[in-house]
Amino acid sequence: MSMLTVENLNVWFGSNRDRVDAVIGASFEIPRGESFGLVGESGSGKSTILRAITGLAPDWSGAITVDGQQIGKVRPKTFFKTVQMVFQDPYASLHPRHSVDQVLGETLHLHGFKDIDSRVVKLLDDVGLGQKFRFRYPHQLSGGQRQRVAIARALAPEPALLLLDEPTSALDVSVQAEILNLLADLRADRGLTYLMVSHDLSVVGHMCDRLAVMKDGEIVEVLDVAALRAMEAAHPYSKQLLEASV
Amino acid sequence: MMTNLLDVENLWVKFPTRQGVFDAVRGVSFTLGRERLGIVGESGSGKSMTGRAILRLIRPPGIVEADQIALEGVDLMQKSEKDMRAVRGQRISMVMQDPKFSLNPVMTIGDQIMEAYRLHSKASKSEAYAKSLEMLEAVSIRNPERVMRAYPHEMSGGMGQRIMIAMMLIPNPEILIADEPTSALDVSVQRQVLDIMDRLVKERGMGLIFISHDLNLVADFCDRVLIMYAGRIVEVCDADKLHEAQHPYTRGLLNSLPRLDAPRKRLEVLQRDPQWSTAPSVSGRI
Amino acid sequence: MAETQTLREWLLTETPTSRRHAKMSALYQGWLSFRSNTMAMIGLGILVALVVVAAGAPLIAPHDPFVQELSNRLAPLGAEGHILGTDSLGRDILSRLIYGARITLYIVALVALIAPIAGLLVGTVSGYVGGWTDTVLMRITDIFLAFPRLVLALAFVAALGAGIENAVLAISLTAWPPYARIARAETLTIRSSDYISAIKLQGAGALRIITKHIWPLCISSLIVRVTLDMAGIILAAAGLGFLGLGAQPPSPEWGAMISEGRRFILDHWWVATMPGLAIFTVSLAFNLLGDGLRDVLDPKAGE
Repeated sequence: MSMLTVENLNVWFGSNRDRVDAVIGASFEIPRGESFGLVGESGSGKSTILRAITGLAPDWSGAITVDGQQIGKVRPKTFFKTVQMVFQDPYASLHPRHSVDQVLGETLHLHGFKDIDSRVVKLLDDVGLGQKFRFRYPHQLSGGQRQRVAIARALAPEPALLLLDEPTSALDVSVQAEILNLLADLRADRGLTYLMVSHDLSVVGHMCDRLAVMKDGEIVEVLDVAALRAMEAAHPYSKQLLEASV
Repeated sequence: MMTNLLDVENLWVKFPTRQGVFDAVRGVSFTLGRERLGIVGESGSGKSMTGRAILRLIRPPGIVEADQIALEGVDLMQKSEKDMRAVRGQRISMVMQDPKFSLNPVMTIGDQIMEAYRLHSKASKSEAYAKSLEMLEAVSIRNPERVMRAYPHEMSGGMGQRIMIAMMLIPNPEILIADEPTSALDVSVQRQVLDIMDRLVKERGMGLIFISHDLNLVADFCDRVLIMYAGRIVEVCDADKLHEAQHPYTRGLLNSLPRLDAPRKRLEVLQRDPQWSTAPSVSGRI
Repeated sequence: MAETQTLREWLLTETPTSRRHAKMSALYQGWLSFRSNTMAMIGLGILVALVVVAAGAPLIAPHDPFVQELSNRLAPLGAEGHILGTDSLGRDILSRLIYGARITLYIVALVALIAPIAGLLVGTVSGYVGGWTDTVLMRITDIFLAFPRLVLALAFVAALGAGIENAVLAISLTAWPPYARIARAETLTIRSSDYISAIKLQGAGALRIITKHIWPLCISSLIVRVTLDMAGIILAAAGLGFLGLGAQPPSPEWGAMISEGRRFILDHWWVATMPGLAIFTVSLAFNLLGDGLRDVLDPKAGE
């Protein structure tokens, strides 16, 4: 049962002479419950694919199917109950003037939940933050704590598919380990499907079951993590990337 | 027997805040010879502050105290600001993380490199131009004339960083401090930039201080490694012996990294022992 | 003493326990930053004094500002019962200054309410929605920017008659465009932030995003800009009063007072100079306050 299917996705910015093609002919499929990685260097288009799926990139063509529903130009409200995203930079993904409580409360309110208070408490517990963080502002939180809040926000509507845009690249190594463990635990507990973008092959190797390698907007190869670990990549670019990472 | 280029003894960097005085660097001591010394730590460990303190780049209200910071026997702490200007760039240079922010966006690259050169030597414009071209070729830039005429925003990250290295090495300093020089670069470009830095440092017999959060990178690239935590040095070891490190913090850092060749279900989470920040700093002096 | 210590600690805490606690803590820390700026505190002090004087005018003023004493015209400084002298109709200058403070505050309050709010609305909608809405709104802004303040005021007076409300309206109509531009510029920067993308992914509509997410961030720079502009607004109102287009006699508006004293400036200089000094002091106070606020509120100063 496929959670996400992307067929021949093209994403571009600008038009005519100024047009830049960020993603060209990308196709892949993620079955329910799997963790899928998208690796590539900067400019490869991996983050753009996430934005196209969530509707943050307006100009795209191709077919995107989430949980059996084809996605059109406008995303229905139910879409955001199924798909959520965690952004890369924890210092930029929380509103500087809103406390943690406001961030989570607003999210829950927008999705129509009534028991907001108890849900906020539970969410904070689920991501490993205690109640004492509830009324803090972002500048009173560390990078790792902010990222936990971002994860809590993404989990609030109880989604099935989580898009993760380099969730740990801005964090310290020791904090990264905590967040990766948290993400792994959450996935196991809730049966979530992950689409994780990263430039770090070892992170993808740890978190994902399969991955796609991207270069200059195109997917050059899709492989199993087992193959990655055995250093068996078919495409020369994937090989290059593997060598540089070890 | 290596002569000591730099001898830092008991360096403290403090910042007064509303909640009291914050010690960013606490009693750090180390020596640097004609070698590659790595300083590894997470954010807040004080590694960048150490680099800046050596160059006396920390402005009030920051307070820098040390028994000495001796450059070939001469204590930098005793020098006036005017004398320090002759040291910065000329004898100790610094390459920073992102060339987007360290190169002046409104000057051509040629102008910037020539300026860096003429600040420290009485060269004429044409001499400076020739030297700049030479330097750009030394960092493997294939079309130096075109690059001299270009602006920083036209350069890729890797090229920008190589230009930074050229600019910082043109006055022929004895020591180069590199503060996360490859963190903003793609993986494939990192190796290239490091190779260039390595070659130049060896050729000129310079000392290199390589500051980074990437333990494996530093282990690969440097000769000796200092591991910092909460402003103190917790361990000093030879780079090739890093994986036999003793201190629980170093071991914790090594074990919390995901590894392609050693898959695990869960990554080991560092359990911070308050003892690590209260124990005295390990000396990195030889 | 132990009680005030814990209050301070409570306010400086890193772990607020409720929404109210968090807000108060943020306000207190902002206040502490502001308080360390001596110049800004002086500005604030002068303005607080202005408000107190205006509020307590009937109690503070030694004389009725409208009572004429033609036998005691143009009395000099330090005259009997009139510290700042009297004007051409024998009215006490000090009392007129005190009552004039009310008018100054009235003008300041009205303009500060109308212009920045109009600018915020136009600027944020324009910046967020973009496209044709942006173009149209910005061209409307340009049209209003093109009007010189005094010429517009003259037009209003010709059409609607002279008076302070019309003067305020004229000033507001020419003061709002810069705020629209600031708000729009801020909105354009904020619009592409991750936290805005994140709330869009929760299904938030444009209205919620503009009012709850963009406005809180624009408001700081607007407050700073308004405070710094206040000096100019007071001077504009004084200028209109000077021209006879604003407050009408016998109203003790400071600008009108200067105009009345113009004729006597050579021999009885204090009649025009005293209200001039008052305008100068209040404008300076607003500038100092604005500078201090900018240091506290400006996000670039490091949050």
